[in-house]
Amino acid sequence: MYEFDWSSIPGALPTLARGLLVTLQVTLVAVAVGIAWGTALAVARLSPQAWLRWPAAAYVNLFRSVPLVMVILWFYLVVPQLLRRFLGVSSATDIRMVSALAAFALFESAYYAEIIRAGIQSVPKGQLDAALALGLTPAQAMRRVVLPQAFRNMLPLLLTQAIILFQDTSLVYVIGLADFFGAAYKVGDRDGRLVELVLFAGLVYFLASLAASALVRRLRRRVTA
Amino acid sequence: MGTAWNWGVFLQETPSGGATYLGWLLTGLGWTVGLSLAAWAVALLLGTALGVLRTVPGRLRPGLAAAYVEAFRNVPLLVQLFAWYFVLPELLPRAWGDAIKRSDPLLQQFLAAWLCLSLFTAARVCEQVRAGLGALPPGQLQAALALGLTRFQAYRRVLLPMALRLVVPPLTSEFLNVFKNSAVASTIGLVELSRQSQQLVDYTAQAYEAFIAVTLLYLLVNVAVMLLMRRVEARARVPGFIGAR
Amino acid sequence: MISFQGVSKWYGRVQVLDDCTTRVAKGEVVVVCGPSGSGKSTLIKCANGLEPFQRGEVRVDGIAVGAPGTDLPRLRARVGMVFQHFELFPHLTVRQNLALAQREVLRRSREEAEVKGLALLERVGLAGHADQHPGQLSGGQQQRVAIARALAMDPICMLFDEPTSALDPEMINEVLEVMIELAGQGMTMLCVTHEMGFAKAVADRVIFMDAGRIVEQAPPAEFFAHPKGERTKDFLSKILGH
Repeated sequence: MYEFDWSSIPGALPTLARGLLVTLQVTLVAVAVGIAWGTALAVARLSPQAWLRWPAAAYVNLFRSVPLVMVILWFYLVVPQLLRRFLGVSSATDIRMVSALAAFALFESAYYAEIIRAGIQSVPKGQLDAALALGLTPAQAMRRVVLPQAFRNMLPLLLTQAIILFQDTSLVYVIGLADFFGAAYKVGDRDGRLVELVLFAGLVYFLASLAASALVRRLRRRVTA
Repeated sequence: MGTAWNWGVFLQETPSGGATYLGWLLTGLGWTVGLSLAAWAVALLLGTALGVLRTVPGRLRPGLAAAYVEAFRNVPLLVQLFAWYFVLPELLPRAWGDAIKRSDPLLQQFLAAWLCLSLFTAARVCEQVRAGLGALPPGQLQAALALGLTRFQAYRRVLLPMALRLVVPPLTSEFLNVFKNSAVASTIGLVELSRQSQQLVDYTAQAYEAFIAVTLLYLLVNVAVMLLMRRVEARARVPGFIGAR
Repeated sequence: MISFQGVSKWYGRVQVLDDCTTRVAKGEVVVVCGPSGSGKSTLIKCANGLEPFQRGEVRVDGIAVGAPGTDLPRLRARVGMVFQHFELFPHLTVRQNLALAQREVLRRSREEAEVKGLALLERVGLAGHADQHPGQLSGGQQQRVAIARALAMDPICMLFDEPTSALDPEMINEVLEVMIELAGQGMTMLCVTHEMGFAKAVADRVIFMDAGRIVEQAPPAEFFAHPKGERTKDFLSKILGH
């Protein structure tokens, strides 16, 4: 029987906390940019102008067809070289955090775009018609009438996607960025207590996600009441 | 990095000899597809069984199935993979654990990835099947029982055939997800497609070409799956049936 | 054949059946009517165990439906039931709908089941539709197939739960004709229905239910001509208007 030894954990808490901070940073930035850019994409996809529709659709379909791991690697191995050439950023700069933020933000936008698009389409067409009939421009109608309702309808789904994002940030492991799980792995590897640290990290994620999901369920009940 | 495009790099031989870089890519593709199909097969069977369990009367069986779903849904896929790969061999009885650790590394990686992906995806399939069963009119089960069918027969002959047809679109999504999630296996060294892309960047200097090629291969897999599922959806169509009442 | 003795049922705190006692003898046709929510459908679903009940006893051909040891699937195979929404299985053809339970439950061979199924299809006037799917049939046609499906099991009695309530008016008669013919051949039938014409034509007895209770029962002539209770009179005046 394996002999558990949890003694590494208390001493490692500062390291783990720093990792958790990275996790939260990436999550929050990706959610914020994801929703903002996702909204723009969703609106573009529903636009009557083909020159807006096609690139948006291509973007969303592309990012939804490739693994997140690939996108993270893209932004770490390929894109920085472009940036270095065009912006002259020195190759010494540690771009792991920046590339992770960019990767997650742009990736999640595609998923948010689909959620928001469904949300916009779930608002009855009569609402838009009524707004236009009152003299609002299409842009005003979208901003003042349609989008607010769409977001209210889709809030639980947006939050659920955020929880998924929170879990997905663990993949920054592939570029060596120390998020919560990366930190746990490092500690476990260093102290030879990988089993305990992996299980500990799993438990933390489990409890956090469970609590967050419960909150979202509560919210959903309030919204549909 | 070379500033000139060099698509010919794929036809170059690898330093270890005996293969071209293109060959590496195709090997990676093979592992990705193999792992994904193997995991999907298990996930479909297990997920359907769990979905059924969530809808039977009583509290124990639905409760167990619900607990399963929560367990696999609230932990990141990467953490689950590491648990199967690093933690499980340690927790098994000594003899088994050692046997695993001594076996072929590729086998270890594949088994851990397969287990992880199967069980993770099964939780998602469970929820889809549950939704499908829930969308059926309650009279269907009653009519089946009224004819003297047992619950098992009713699920097998009446409820599941319709429920599964109803959820072909979301199941297609999950099927596509399996291929994407398989990329996580690169973190434990399995030579699937995304790992091969990293290898190519390391060995050649042609990062762009490597990544574009790999991205195209993932897109290709997507298209193939979508075409397949479109065929499945067409065959599963029930004449005159528009949707659940 | 079917007997209810002091049957009471609660959904949580709400009582839906209150001390119901009645019997249906072999060959009898009994119609149950009443306002919605009176418990009529619930009562007949107790007869084949689709609805459990907390108090009282229900027996079919002597077998206690609510007893723990009773083999319900076996019993249900002998009791035919027709539902308000037909409940044909959409993914199977008409032929397969008729054969499914015969093969799975009665273990008849494919040929036996098909022959029987087709004969019954003829009887309900739908012989040419054997290879269509339910979705391709009209409501009246689906319900007739549903009746054939129940008859294919050679039941000792038939339960009908508002068989024509979901049909467009022009299709009601085709289904009632089948039911009348069935009654004429001596089938024991317990029917929940609003079709009083059917009751007058073939029923041996009409039961009126209200708020979970059996309020009144009498042969149709007496029931319609001299209703005893206020609620009964009230209900009849409302539905006999059409």
